[in-house]
Amino acid sequence: MTPSRTTRWIILGIVGALFAIPIVGMIAFTLRGGLEGGLTLDRWLALFDPEEARGYTPVFRGLGNSLILVLVTVVVMLALLVPTMVLVRLRFPQLRPIMEFVCLLPISIPAIVLVVGLAPIYQGLSRAFGSGIWTLALAYVVLVLPFSYRAIQANLDAVDVTTLTEASRSLGAGWTTTLFRVILPNLRRGLLAAALISVAVVLGEFTFASLLSRVNLQTSLLVVSKQDPYGAVIFTLLALLFAFLLLIVIGRVGAGRTPRKAS
Amino acid sequence: MSAPVSGSPASVPAPGNRTAMPARRGWLAGLGLLPFGAYVVIFLALPTLLAVGTGFFDADGAVTLDNVAALGDPVVLQTFGNTLWLSLITSVVGAVIGALVCYALVGTKPAGALRSFVDAASGVLAQFAGVMLAFAFIAVIGAQGVVTLLLADAGIDIYSGGIWLYDLPGLILPYLYFQIPLMVITFLPALEGLKPQWAEANSTLGGSALSFWTRIGIPVLAPSFFGSLLLLFANAFSAYGTAAALISQGSPIVPLQIRGALSSEVLLGRANLAGALALGMIVIMAIVMGAYALLQRRASRWQR
Repeated sequence: MTPSRTTRWIILGIVGALFAIPIVGMIAFTLRGGLEGGLTLDRWLALFDPEEARGYTPVFRGLGNSLILVLVTVVVMLALLVPTMVLVRLRFPQLRPIMEFVCLLPISIPAIVLVVGLAPIYQGLSRAFGSGIWTLALAYVVLVLPFSYRAIQANLDAVDVTTLTEASRSLGAGWTTTLFRVILPNLRRGLLAAALISVAVVLGEFTFASLLSRVNLQTSLLVVSKQDPYGAVIFTLLALLFAFLLLIVIGRVGAGRTPRKAS
Repeated sequence: MSAPVSGSPASVPAPGNRTAMPARRGWLAGLGLLPFGAYVVIFLALPTLLAVGTGFFDADGAVTLDNVAALGDPVVLQTFGNTLWLSLITSVVGAVIGALVCYALVGTKPAGALRSFVDAASGVLAQFAGVMLAFAFIAVIGAQGVVTLLLADAGIDIYSGGIWLYDLPGLILPYLYFQIPLMVITFLPALEGLKPQWAEANSTLGGSALSFWTRIGIPVLAPSFFGSLLLLFANAFSAYGTAAALISQGSPIVPLQIRGALSSEVLLGRANLAGALALGMIVIMAIVMGAYALLQRRASRWQR
């Protein structure tokens, strides 16, 4: 049933090498010297040189917008999802399948389809709230719903919320105290994982921003790549590195979960 | 989707509740579900209905079947055919290679360095779909790409038949780059569900490695494998960013055709065609994801 050592390393070696080609290729691309050939670090250094970095202004503005979007998305997602999930767990367990279905639904509806229907809604939103970038985050909450739901639900299943709530309530705590001082601290791993995965999704989002004519990191990179393909590739490499580190942190957060009996 | 409130909140108390709450409290708690319900209606249900619904109206708001009839247009049919073909190729090849990688990982320690690395790398690359993936492939196998020039030095011209990277065939390699990692993520848990006892039972009864796979392994894993394959298919079918960045002329796949219909609304008054195309996509996605749900149910039998 288990593969032999040779088989294992042949498969992993070939697939690994093929997957390394674009990464190594991108690094080589950014180091490629101009007409005279050879290797150069100039394009990486230009990133930190205020004079040269002026060409990247759109990217930094896009990055700024994306950071605002990350913040609003995470706050709205947590404010919306956590109380509802706790409520369903405590009072309406029979609604859990519906909740799960709704939260996982965005996986089945392509973003390109949603954006067709979001366009008229955003015309209305722009009239009501102005054309600030943050309104886009309201749609992003739907995109991160499946991932956030799974992260929080996994944590919720591992904690005996009912007993914790009864203990807290019988000791005289109100619902607010119970939620903020008893339930949420027990869910912190799930909440952190949900927030981190939302960061990754929002920073990589392109479809909504592009077709609703907003500027975020990805749309600004596409604009810059037309004049400066090297800069675009440098930012791509940095983004990959960031995502890799983020995922390792998420993995640590998940793995650190100790089996917890009702305390 | 706002049905939760009209359900019978007070009639079924949570298992831990000592007694049924008074009906009034139940309704109050039901109100707590309203914000989430309303949000999902506004930002998920409404856009979906609007997207699909606009296909049935013309520019003046009158009900028409013209847009939906446009789905039968040879160009549109060709585009749907292209998209299905691309999704099929990348999902089948991605599923087979991904499954091989999963097989190679059987028997490694789940917390070991190799597995942690493969897990993290697959997670990153499966999410890598989008504009940046297009940059990567332009840098590597674009007309001036690193690998293109290396191969040219060796006398191999990958573009002897024309530059295919910026057209439909050019999407295959970038798509595989996120399909294979997605297969690893979704299929590995199923492969881990193969119990060592089954292998022991097989060899105790005189079976060979071959009979283990043909009689136990493959039949048990088949639903998971095809389930993951459908997920990959849906993933490729709905991908947009990579194609949008790579292909600037023409619309060989449906998502790009929707882009065209959306951005040309002033010129041609064909915004509602986007709705009809969206309807076509939703129908295909519903079939694929429905089949996926059925296969998952079958697969979960062995994962208890």
